[in-house]
Amino acid sequence: MLEVKNVVKTYISGDGGQFQALKGVSFKIEDGEFVAIMGPSGSGKSTLMHILGALDNPTSGAYFFNDKNVADFSEDELADLRKNKIGFVFQQFNLLPRATVIRNVMLPLVYAEVEEKEREERATLALKAAGLEESRFEHRPNQLSGGQVQRVAIARALVNNPVLILADEPTGNLDTKTGKIVLETFQKLNQEQGRTIVLITHEREVAQHAGRVISIRDGELVNDAKTRV
Amino acid sequence: MKTSDMMQETYMALSANKARSFLTILGIVIGISSVIAMIAIGEGAKGTIQNSIQSIGSNLILVMPGAQRGPGFQVSAGRGSARTLTQADADAIIKEITLAQAVAPEISGRYQVTAKGKNTNTSVVGTVPAYPAVRNIQIDQGDFISEQHLRGLSKVAVLGPTARDDLFGEGVQAVGQVIRVRGIEFKIIGITRTKGGGGFGSQDDMIFIPISTAQKFLAGDSYVTTISVQAKDSQSMAEIQQEITGLLLNRHNISDPQLADFNTLNQADIVAAASSVTQTFTILLAAVAGISLVVGGIGIMNMMLTTVTERTREIGLRKAIGAKRNEINFQFLTEAVALTFLGGLIGVILGWLISFGVTRLGILQTKVSLFSILLAFGVSAAIGIIFGYYPARRAAALNPIDALRYE
Ligand SMILES: Nc1ncnc2c1ncn2[C@@H]1O[C@H](COP(=O)(O)OP(=O)(O)OP(=O)(O)O)[C@@H](O)[C@H]1O
Ligand SMILES: [Mg+2]
Repeated sequence: MLEVKNVVKTYISGDGGQFQALKGVSFKIEDGEFVAIMGPSGSGKSTLMHILGALDNPTSGAYFFNDKNVADFSEDELADLRKNKIGFVFQQFNLLPRATVIRNVMLPLVYAEVEEKEREERATLALKAAGLEESRFEHRPNQLSGGQVQRVAIARALVNNPVLILADEPTGNLDTKTGKIVLETFQKLNQEQGRTIVLITHEREVAQHAGRVISIRDGELVNDAKTRV
Repeated sequence: MKTSDMMQETYMALSANKARSFLTILGIVIGISSVIAMIAIGEGAKGTIQNSIQSIGSNLILVMPGAQRGPGFQVSAGRGSARTLTQADADAIIKEITLAQAVAPEISGRYQVTAKGKNTNTSVVGTVPAYPAVRNIQIDQGDFISEQHLRGLSKVAVLGPTARDDLFGEGVQAVGQVIRVRGIEFKIIGITRTKGGGGFGSQDDMIFIPISTAQKFLAGDSYVTTISVQAKDSQSMAEIQQEITGLLLNRHNISDPQLADFNTLNQADIVAAASSVTQTFTILLAAVAGISLVVGGIGIMNMMLTTVTERTREIGLRKAIGAKRNEINFQFLTEAVALTFLGGLIGVILGWLISFGVTRLGILQTKVSLFSILLAFGVSAAIGIIFGYYPARRAAALNPIDALRYE
């Protein structure tokens, strides 16, 4: 499904200083895998995830999606990739602050030119799968709790039925029970529909749900282990 | 993205940011309506002034008495009260100035005029048969004063329509009736046609009588207050003016033209002076309007720029979920265009209403020009599009993460 080769990401700060957030990371993820990425805060997990989501470019190294180098994609091909293949849950959620919950979730379908009737059905399904109560659908994001916003962000990532789901700490704001609902949703998508899932987490128990754990420290891959055979 | 969705997104974006949309539109409305109204008022003032200048006649030279000035000191007397021009001067002009097409001396004064119990205070002008031709007056009913009236010292009068209305009421048949001026009865023989406007004393509110009659019965002397000389064409005006000046200086025994006891006014000079005044006036109004446009523009700019951070993050987000660069460009362009057009439309209507109101209140006959509409619309559309669309375009070129991180 995807492969990173020697990916380096260097941030240049305002005063000209450089910071290497990723120092040459390489790995491969096959179709249908469920991978957890772990590592201490600031180790470069989100940075890596953005590259996997085709949202940011590596400073050097290459990222292959279905054996095609993403660096060779045109702007429009990148948009199609993000729209049709990838569902991304941001660590900061990134919802449209002025749109209602349901509109936020329907937005990817607008760009995918899904029929208007179908949009609402699919958005409702995705929101239910993410565990959000229907009474919240017409709320604005600022009228929701942190955990509810997180579930909206997850629903938005699922609504397009992407083959690759990238979730940056999707359960960080959730209590054990809701966290479990979300993880079970991911697991079901992975096992029943064969979707590839990569999620970032700090919690061992969450990582237990995955078949593979990639550990990162200071921008380097330190461990890559299958938890189940 | 479908067009209908694009429209909906635009509508959602505009209605979700009501304050922003409102203030932006307000800026455009103020800018556009003030430009349109100001230019319409300026143009209207120009038109009104030119009309009233044209209405006093064409190719006219007016000779008027001036203050008698002795060497070394000046006696300032009011222009109308100076008595330096006589009937003899007028006759000399008629005889000597062969280039002149027509000459019409007049003597005017304000008198209390009565008719059947009603009375009014109006201008009574003693003049000659050439007057209507020289001063561009048409006869509506009856006739104007004739040579016979002049020779016979006839007590006849021709009324302006306003004077007629004041004395007899609107639409009343006045020809044949009599009016009294200073106890003397005058028979009405004609009514002049309405000229409208005003400016140099409305010719609608006047009563014309033979000049000989006026001199004998009303003034009691043979002075005249104005001699209107009409040139054949505009080219000969300067020459006629010079000849008249020479003739009158000679007749009055004045050797230094600086000490002339009369003034000659060339209509071309009046037109030129008036148009330079109205030009200045229009420029002044345009400057005021320009300032409003700039202020409105800064308002728009401010609104657009303060939301750049928020909008840039929004663009990053839209790109992250699969929006194409063109879709984003187009959405933000639609938004900027919708705002400017809505504001522009309201602005044009408001500007037009203001101009209409000014006309309706009888202050001025305003004229809304297409140029001002295009100018105002163009400027605000440019501002709206530059400041609404351009930052969005730049943000759409960023990769999603950079746009999302924009501070
Ligand atoms: N835009 C940026 N400019 C400069 N440095 C950055 C930028 N973004 C991230 N960094 C730095 O890169 C490093 C990795 O950041 P990243 O967000 O990938 O960490 P993370 O592993 O996701 O951490 P957390 O678990 O807290 O989310 C951090 O030290 C961070 O300070
Ligand atoms: Mg992170």
